[in-house]
Amino acid sequence: MSGVFHIVVCAGTVPDPLQTLEPIESPAGPALKNEMLLPAILDPWAAHALYEAANLAAYHPGSRVWLASLGPKAKLQQVMMTIAQKVSFELLAVDGSASGFADAHSTAEILAAAISALPGLDRSRLLLFGGWESASRGAGVTLQLIGGRLGILDQFQGVDQITTLADGSLEILERIEGGRHQVSICAGPPAVLGWATGNLPEPRNNPQIGMANMRTIMPALQKAKPAPPAQPGLEYRSASPPKQQRHTRIVKDLAAEEVAREIADWIIKS
Amino acid sequence: MNENILFLAHVDESGKALPKIACEALGAALALAQQLNAPLEIGLIGENVQSSADSIAAAGAARILSVAGLDFAKPRFSSDAAAAEALCRASAPQLIIAPGTSRFLRALPSLALRLSAQVDTHITSLNVTDSSVTATRWFYRQRIEGLFERKARPWILLLDSGCHEPWHGAPAPVSCQELAVPVPPEAKRTSVTGIRAPKSDSQTIRPDANLLFVAGAGWTKKQSDGKIHPQQAETLILDFLRESGASLGGSKSLVDQSGENQAVLGFMTHMNQVGQTGSTPRHPKGLSTCCHGEEPHVVGWRFINDRRAINLDPNCGWARGKADVLYVADAFQVMDKLNALLAERAAELQAK
Repeated sequence: MSGVFHIVVCAGTVPDPLQTLEPIESPAGPALKNEMLLPAILDPWAAHALYEAANLAAYHPGSRVWLASLGPKAKLQQVMMTIAQKVSFELLAVDGSASGFADAHSTAEILAAAISALPGLDRSRLLLFGGWESASRGAGVTLQLIGGRLGILDQFQGVDQITTLADGSLEILERIEGGRHQVSICAGPPAVLGWATGNLPEPRNNPQIGMANMRTIMPALQKAKPAPPAQPGLEYRSASPPKQQRHTRIVKDLAAEEVAREIADWIIKS
Repeated sequence: MNENILFLAHVDESGKALPKIACEALGAALALAQQLNAPLEIGLIGENVQSSADSIAAAGAARILSVAGLDFAKPRFSSDAAAAEALCRASAPQLIIAPGTSRFLRALPSLALRLSAQVDTHITSLNVTDSSVTATRWFYRQRIEGLFERKARPWILLLDSGCHEPWHGAPAPVSCQELAVPVPPEAKRTSVTGIRAPKSDSQTIRPDANLLFVAGAGWTKKQSDGKIHPQQAETLILDFLRESGASLGGSKSLVDQSGENQAVLGFMTHMNQVGQTGSTPRHPKGLSTCCHGEEPHVVGWRFINDRRAINLDPNCGWARGKADVLYVADAFQVMDKLNALLAERAAELQAK
């Protein structure tokens, strides 16, 4: 059992980054215009965490990977059609808001309760994965709060690499200032790992994995309990896109020497 | 409402000083304390905090608390969270303001649970609006800016770098009130063994550089002669970084190539990635090369004020209001000439 991990990856859905985002006022606070119509993807950093989880599980037979996600059922189902073809996992779905304006504290409370109730989860072998922040809320606190609620005392953020050592301990590389990594040795699970990009490429779509995953994903989506996150005491005064629009000067038909001279002058000018 | 403020900081890697971002956060905390007419206390964490405390003695804090010792020398979640908790309990503040360093971004969010507090990170400004403390930060990866407040107290706020003028003052001897914080064995399951720099010929990420230089996937694509020239690209880029002192960034498509067995730039890693899934660095100027300037990449340029780009496509994303100047040119040719010019000017300066 010592080489077995129970990995729970917390991952939300976010609007496709190519979409234009327009904030609007709603009775519950700021929201995105046509939010339910925007195509969604799995949060990119959390997706890296999922790929790393699957890779770690593959090297440790008997390990299990869950994907825990709080979001509208319809969006989760849409995103699962793609992500389920990448790697094997079991879905833990909670039906609620995936808005970037939803409060991280409520989201963490809901997800921690759902993870605690996971049947078959061995908390002593738990590795709680996720992105170090999301591409929606970008709070950078949700995973830590979930870990805190689960009583996990070893937490790492901006993780790019995890290596299992011969004695069962984990060597973890975390991003720190100046483009460097801090190297830590953790005695083993349980631990929280908020992933940066890691080192793995995005896996290719595999329809066979997709079909196997969907057998458990569809029932999990049907069973998803509704849990609208509350926002106790969080009040938004405004939410607006940046106003700055640049008037681009397009320089064509200039010799490379002239372009270089103009750029050199610009660099040197304080 | 009384808003007692606790400013939390830790010593830097040298163990003798505070990081620059801590001085920025202190500046913001003092400005807020002045607006609120509120008392401010300081809490410091590190193996030895005396010289750091002396360096901010002139800030005028009501008291300086500290948690010091070997257990707090290196950044570790469990010991840092325990130290911060002890400082907060001793000070009992309503507002806790701290710099958004990697050390605190790891340790302080979970502190909110221990103190029944609320926490927000990546704060870009703090203000008093209609007698309430408000904060701003970005949502959806720098695409929407939100102004908000929280009723709950304590409220922990971690500030991003480059958002406030750093506090300056003359050092003076000061006495700290040291708190004893025992670290139980279960909090020592993790040990920090060192720092590792990315595999690279030279350090390419320079947060304090005046210029961000971004390389896109075009550097490794076929050029006008129908061939790829990754080695020439490497030389041109490294020469430019050396001559200009710029910090190197990369687009996702370029840094991903190493995992896809395509031609790669050896010094480019995911650490360099700028954009939606990369970093959002802060530099006064940015120069993009061989990159199309698509929205997922450009969100990482939110804090680059003066932007120029070199691209062969006059209709690329940079042309659509995302750069100040777009040079429609061959980056290989331009960078070759640019490196020569910069070397020439550096030699002239040395001769003077």
